[in-house]
Amino acid sequence: MALDPTHLSYPKRRYGMDHDRYDWSMLSERPKIRWPGDKPLALWVNVCLQFFPLDQQGKPYKVPGGMTMPYPDLRHYSLRDYGNRVGLFRVLKALDRYNITPTFAVNTELAVRTPYLVTLLKERQHEIICHGWNMDCLHYNGMTEQDERGLIQRSLDSLRELSGQAIDGWLSPARNESERTPGLLAEQGIRYLCDWVNDDMPYPLHTHNKPLWAMPLSTELEDAFILGNNLHSEASYLEQVTDSCDFLLQEASQQGGRMLALNIHPWLLGQPHRIGYLERLLDYLSSQAIWSASASTILDTFSAQQPSST
Amino acid sequence: MKADPGFYQYWPYQNRPKIRWPGGKKLAFWVAPNIEFYELNPPENPYRKAWPQPYPAIQGYGIRDYGNRVGHNRQMALLDKYGIRGSVSLSTALCEHHPEIIAMCKERNWEFFSHGIYNTRYTYGMSEQQERAMIRDSMETIYRHTGQKCAGYLAPALSHSELTLDLFAEVGTELFGDEAGFYTCDLFHDDQPTPIALRSNKRFVSIPYSLEMNDTIAYVVNKVEPRRYGQMLKDNFDRLYQEGDESGTIMCIPTHNYQVACPHRMKAFEEALDYITSHPDVWLTTGREIADYFRSHYYDTVLDDISSKAGGA
Repeated sequence: MALDPTHLSYPKRRYGMDHDRYDWSMLSERPKIRWPGDKPLALWVNVCLQFFPLDQQGKPYKVPGGMTMPYPDLRHYSLRDYGNRVGLFRVLKALDRYNITPTFAVNTELAVRTPYLVTLLKERQHEIICHGWNMDCLHYNGMTEQDERGLIQRSLDSLRELSGQAIDGWLSPARNESERTPGLLAEQGIRYLCDWVNDDMPYPLHTHNKPLWAMPLSTELEDAFILGNNLHSEASYLEQVTDSCDFLLQEASQQGGRMLALNIHPWLLGQPHRIGYLERLLDYLSSQAIWSASASTILDTFSAQQPSST
Repeated sequence: MKADPGFYQYWPYQNRPKIRWPGGKKLAFWVAPNIEFYELNPPENPYRKAWPQPYPAIQGYGIRDYGNRVGHNRQMALLDKYGIRGSVSLSTALCEHHPEIIAMCKERNWEFFSHGIYNTRYTYGMSEQQERAMIRDSMETIYRHTGQKCAGYLAPALSHSELTLDLFAEVGTELFGDEAGFYTCDLFHDDQPTPIALRSNKRFVSIPYSLEMNDTIAYVVNKVEPRRYGQMLKDNFDRLYQEGDESGTIMCIPTHNYQVACPHRMKAFEEALDYITSHPDVWLTTGREIADYFRSHYYDTVLDDISSKAGGA
């Protein structure tokens, strides 16, 4: 018994990363960032508005949160839909009450299907980022470059037209990418990508096309991860986010501005038994030294302090 | 395949010879930060997949990279605060990828032990010669980058062969004589050190490393809430500290900078460290120091005690 000799060869064993997508860099060693008003902590609340099709194809795998039962999986289809019909309005009320500025990651197909939502977000002047076509349209290596380019173009063109916004941020469904995704996004005018979770602050991504910014949107603090995947209690979700806030405030006092990125789903937190916890959370966060802003405003403020942009 | 790995004999947890740690301490406490490198595109092992999603699996890769970019310094600052030197379970390719981290740990006189080369290269399917070469490479890399003669082993991603411990002990002897390759963290059968029977008859010990207190096991496998993990650590300590009256015990917290050093988990970890280190009879130490002390003070006594109990009470 033996493995193929490639198992004992290490072609990428070198300084830095084992790929060329970004440079190795330790957060604590970077220059300090200052947020407006000298607030130590920027708060990015990212609300996902998603469409999970009933006729899910599941390529290359079934998206987490998607259909799990034999067709027609009405329970999951309608429960996800609940978020866009009901949960969202509870979430909006809570955000308004505590004066928090959200950013919305929207599946383009949802925008096409639900003009009311697009109008609502436009009227409220919220930043929209593209969350792909729908939750079942994953970007993955098995697609041809042409197909992926077409999928991105369709997603961006429609969302730009419907929203009237530039749409320069992207969050891939299930954060799944092909090798080509970042480059194709850069090619079509995307400026920042929220899929990668390897940092607490923005950092530059290299692509074969133009560079992009990575805007890390924590998975570990996501409602779907804590409540859905880990099955922790709502009280623990609240505790985890407030502990995070406390910790980052303290770190910011020594190392410069930090960012707390909260990804939330109205189909989860917008449930009657959970919304109260979101309200308590926002009550706590808004009582701290935070700067609540949209993703692109946070990124603009950050990038203006980077040497390359001067 | 064997029904029993044959590393140790049954040794009941009562009436054991009394162990006392240096300074008369009751409990030896060590923290083992796993500092790992996971490859984005490793060769596919026929027995175990590295990533759940197809290449590029940026989801799992990303959070592990977070550990090195962001988490490491947080955890190190916390261990500094409580006067704890880490015993690093090292993916040794990290010496090449991230020498800054190695330099910081070295500066603090932390221990480095081998956790293989990459945590995405599994032992499964390796020939004896391949596993020996991998272990040798890892120990040589540690020596070259840190000057340390690697004493301990935790197989990469806890992937083993029947010969893993034998090979580690033998390569240690080949490279550095009796000063290297003399303890393992791979076995979870006891709260005290145990002599391990190897084909080389080397004085080799198993040092309790604790799967249950491992943050990744707690957080990822068992999906424990952070505050509960903090409470588990304190409860684990309380009982081992109490039992240390009878004979010295060991508590280990195996950590991962991508788990325990996330902002929402730091508080629970800090509270536990604060609690544990506030007790007087705790020896803050490293894996190597525990193994050394046991080998020179208790190894023979314990072997005799184990033999005396082999035939029944």
